[in-house]
Amino acid sequence: MATPKEMLTDWDKVQFGAVLPAFEDPEHKKRSKFHSYNYSVADWRVEKPVFNRELCIDCDFCWVSCPDSCFIVEEVVTKRGKKQAKIVGINYNLCKGCGVCVEVCPTPIKSLLMFPEYVDNEEALKQWPKKDK
Amino acid sequence: MKKIGSLKEFACTPDRFQGGHRLCPGCAHSMIVREVVNATDDDLVISTATGCLEVCSAIYPYTSWDVSWIHVGFENAAATISGAEAMYKALSRKNKLYNEDRRVKFVAFGGDGGTYDIGFQSLSGAAERGHDFLYVCLDNENYANTGGQRSSATPLGAHTSTTPRGRVSYGKKQKKKDLTMIMAAHGCPYVATAIPSTKHWKDLATKAAKAISTVGPTFINALSPCTTEWKFKPEETTEIADLAVETCAFPLYEIEDGHKLKITYRPKVKLPIEDYLSRQGRFSHLFKPENKWIIEEWQKQVDEYWDYLQRREEAGV
Ligand SMILES: Cc1ncc(C[n+]2csc(CCOP(=O)(O)OP(=O)(O)O)c2C)c(N)n1
Ligand code: SF4
Ligand code: SF4
Ligand code: SF4
Ligand SMILES: [Mg+2]
Repeated sequence: MATPKEMLTDWDKVQFGAVLPAFEDPEHKKRSKFHSYNYSVADWRVEKPVFNRELCIDCDFCWVSCPDSCFIVEEVVTKRGKKQAKIVGINYNLCKGCGVCVEVCPTPIKSLLMFPEYVDNEEALKQWPKKDK
Repeated sequence: MKKIGSLKEFACTPDRFQGGHRLCPGCAHSMIVREVVNATDDDLVISTATGCLEVCSAIYPYTSWDVSWIHVGFENAAATISGAEAMYKALSRKNKLYNEDRRVKFVAFGGDGGTYDIGFQSLSGAAERGHDFLYVCLDNENYANTGGQRSSATPLGAHTSTTPRGRVSYGKKQKKKDLTMIMAAHGCPYVATAIPSTKHWKDLATKAAKAISTVGPTFINALSPCTTEWKFKPEETTEIADLAVETCAFPLYEIEDGHKLKITYRPKVKLPIEDYLSRQGRFSHLFKPENKWIIEEWQKQVDEYWDYLQRREEAGV
């Protein structure tokens, strides 16, 4: 299979009726080089959302509202046997820093906050606002 | 029909529309699309009319779609999807074993330009012929992909690049075309309005699940607040959508069999239309004293339409 770069030759060499296979291995959901999932828009960002697992209540508002499908979820099964999505992180390759997730996060102290791109995530977590005693 | 339970369950759905596309930060198109394609577990074949969604999710040689997706022209998303659906039916009829173990559903996406305007004839034809598909209009009330020209979905007084505000012009002079009702008048078994929002996520997901599982032509008109052309901050997208509903500028309802109308959300207190208009740069000129009458006209139209919906719901016609 040609690489995206090879396919992007001159305008007059673009293949007519090209079929772009999104998956290399559909069975195992392995996405191909032609999938934008494997592209990075990280350089669009000036600020990034940082996720604080400690405060998160897994309401999944951020997951449903993120326009760039950034939230990485893990399926957990509750004691009552119900499937539930647990937020485990943000895919920073896909995040454009729009801030929608921070806006919709409902916890009293937000579980998501925007920080300048150059601030380390660990440092950001240290700077998190504290609960009023 | 996929059961849409809690958001915690819904979020276990493996996403079928992925990031890495080039839609603006905070674009509502992808919020809507994600919910629609995640609202079914059936296989999907999708066509998308030219517009922001198509251009940004298929920058050659990349694709953002985990489902089969057809790149078509500006005017023929509905024609293409009806052709695909008809072919699928014909092949299944000829060969009982064709794709025996799979269920395939057909969905078309189009912008308001591609739906209210140039693609209207192909959508109307497909609905009249009765193909089995869902058409979702991503209604951002302008031709966003080409720099924000007015469409027949642009509302009264909005500034666009072809209805610019200025000394002699107050923006668009005409009101928004009521496409949802026009689709209902085709006798479609299901049509609905929806918005991308955390508060109303289930409204959209349920409507999409319902529409996809309904046999015959179905239509969802989804308001898609456009940070670039409506001029608000990217993080405000869902908030603006919520305000459209809370002011009844864009009421949430569904219509079954062309006439059974049900309002799916009633604001507890109907907010004044200023709360919606004042948040968007495209309406900022309406707040000048000489344009006050336009806001009054807006409020009048919103009130009348909301009354009309309620009367229709009550009468069941
Ligand atoms: C026949 C034709 N005319 C014009 C265009 C140029 N064009 C591409 S996208 C677009 C606007 C799309 O507007 P809309 O359907 O509202 O989608 P949006 O970009 O707003 O999501 C136009 C005019 C085209 N591609 N084909
Ligand atoms: S900032 Fe925007 S793109 Fe990034 S994770 Fe939040 S909602 Fe998604
Ligand atoms: S919106 Fe906030 S609380 Fe809810 S899942 Fe996301 S990070 Fe957690
Ligand atoms: S111009 Fe509007 S609709 Fe188009 S990608 Fe940007 S925000 Fe989305
Ligand atoms: Mg548009």
